[in-house]
Amino acid sequence: MISIKKVSKNFGKLRALSNVDLEWTMGKSYALVGPNGSGKTTLIKSILGLVLPSSGEITFDKKSIAKDWKYRENIGYMPQIGRYPENMTIGQLIDMMKNIRKNVTELDDSLIDQFKLYKIYDKRMHALSGGTRQKVSAALSFLFNPPVLILDEPTAGLDPVSVELLKEKILEEKARGKLLIISSHILSDLDELTTDMVYIYEGKVHYNNTIQYLKEETQEKKLGKAIATMIGQKQLIDSVNR
Amino acid sequence: MDRVIKYVFYDILRTRFILLYTVLLLISTFALFQLDSDPGKVVMSLLNIVLMVVPLVSIVFTTIHFYNSYEFIELMLAQPINRRVVFMGEYLAVTFSLTMAFAVGIGIPILMYGISASGLALLFSGVVLTMVFVSLAFLASVLTRDKAKAIGVALLFWFYFSLIYDGFLLWFVYAFNDYPLEKITLTLIALNPVDLARVIMLLQLDISALMGYTGAFYKNFFGSSFGIIFSTSVLFLWTIVPCLLALRIFSKKDL
Repeated sequence: MISIKKVSKNFGKLRALSNVDLEWTMGKSYALVGPNGSGKTTLIKSILGLVLPSSGEITFDKKSIAKDWKYRENIGYMPQIGRYPENMTIGQLIDMMKNIRKNVTELDDSLIDQFKLYKIYDKRMHALSGGTRQKVSAALSFLFNPPVLILDEPTAGLDPVSVELLKEKILEEKARGKLLIISSHILSDLDELTTDMVYIYEGKVHYNNTIQYLKEETQEKKLGKAIATMIGQKQLIDSVNR
Repeated sequence: MDRVIKYVFYDILRTRFILLYTVLLLISTFALFQLDSDPGKVVMSLLNIVLMVVPLVSIVFTTIHFYNSYEFIELMLAQPINRRVVFMGEYLAVTFSLTMAFAVGIGIPILMYGISASGLALLFSGVVLTMVFVSLAFLASVLTRDKAKAIGVALLFWFYFSLIYDGFLLWFVYAFNDYPLEKITLTLIALNPVDLARVIMLLQLDISALMGYTGAFYKNFFGSSFGIIFSTSVLFLWTIVPCLLALRIFSKKDL
C-alpha cells in the first residue's frame, strides 16, 4: 500500500532520514520505534507530504505522492502535538473538517462519543488541556473511516481510561483490516496493538520484521526486553567489527 | 478553495483588527474633510496616509496573520487539499479583507464629499499598494521560519520601498544631474511600487507644473494612454511576481 524507496531527508547538515526502504501492506499493523530524534516523525510527515524528501520516492497505492494530494483522503493522521486554530471551538473544528472531506458519507463518531467531546463542543481550542487536544486529534483521525491510520504517539498525555478506549478503538480498526502505523515509546502498548516492528536509529532502518520473530530471536517474552537485547547485540557486533 | 477562504475570512474577522483599521481610516478621512473644504487638498493629505500607513499596515498585518494561522495551515496540509489551494485561499482572504477595509475607510468619505478623478486615483493606488504589500508579506513569511524574523524581513521591505529607495534615487539624481536623466529615473521609479503610486497621484493633482521640465515629461508620459497602461501593469506585476514566488517556495516548504 505504502512503499518508501530509498528516501533521504536532510535538514541543513542534519541527516534526518538516510536511504530508508520500507514496504507497508494493507491489513498489517506496524510499530515505529526509535529513540528521540531518530527520524520517526520526519518519516511520518514525509508520507503525509508535509516534509518533502531530499531524494527517493514514496508511493501510495502504486502512485507517487509527489505533487499529489488526493491520496490523503485515505489517511487518518493523529499528530504528536495537535496544533489547531486557537480561536475555533471544538464543534467548529469538527464541522470544518467534515466540510473539507465532504465526499465521505460514512462518518465514525464513536470516539467523539466515548471521549464525551459533545459536552465541550463550544470550548475554544486555546482553552483545552494537552490531553483534551489529544482526544480531539484522535477523534478527528478516526472520524472519516480512512483505510490507513497513522498515529504519532497516540497515547502520550491521555488519562488511563481514555488510553484504554483509544486502544480498543485501534484494535477494532485493526480487526477490520486497516493499515496501522503507530509510533510510540510505550512498548507495552505496541506489544498489544501491533504485529510488525520498524526500528529506526539515526535515520536508518535497523530492524524491519514481525515482533514475534524478534521475540524468538532474542528469547524474550516482552517487546521492551527484546528491543533492549537486540540493541545490545547490535552494539556488540559493531564494536567487534571496529 | 472557497471553503478555505471562508474559514480564513472568519478567522480574520474574529481578531477585530480589520474593523479597527477601517474605523481609523474612516475617522481620519472624515476629519481631514472637515478641516479643509477643498477636496483636492484633502486628497493630497490623504496621499501621505496611503503611501506610508497602508503599506505598513498591510505588510505587518499579513505577516502576523500568516504566522498566527500556521496551525491552521499545518492542519489543512495534512488533509486532502492541494498546497496551492491552501496558499491561494490564505492570500485571497487576506487581500480581500484589507482591500475592503481600505475601500470602505477611504472610499465612503470620498463618495460623500464628491467624487473626483484624483479621489478615484487615490482609491486605486491604495488598493493596488495593499495588494503589492500583501504579496511582499507572504514572500517574507515563507522565506523565514519564525515570526520575529518574518516581521523583521517584512519591515525591511517597507523601509526599503518607503525610505531607503527614495534616498538612493535622490542621491542618484543629484550625482548625475549634468546628464539627461528623465528616462532613467522613469525606469527607476517603476522599480518601486510606492514611487509609482506617488507619481500617478501627483500627476492627477496638477501640481506637476511645479516640477518644471521633468514634470512636463512625466505628465506627457503618464498622461498618455500608454503611460497609464504601463504604470498599471507594472503595479500588477509587483503584485503577481512576489505572490507567485511565495507560492513556489511554499509548495516546497517543510512543515
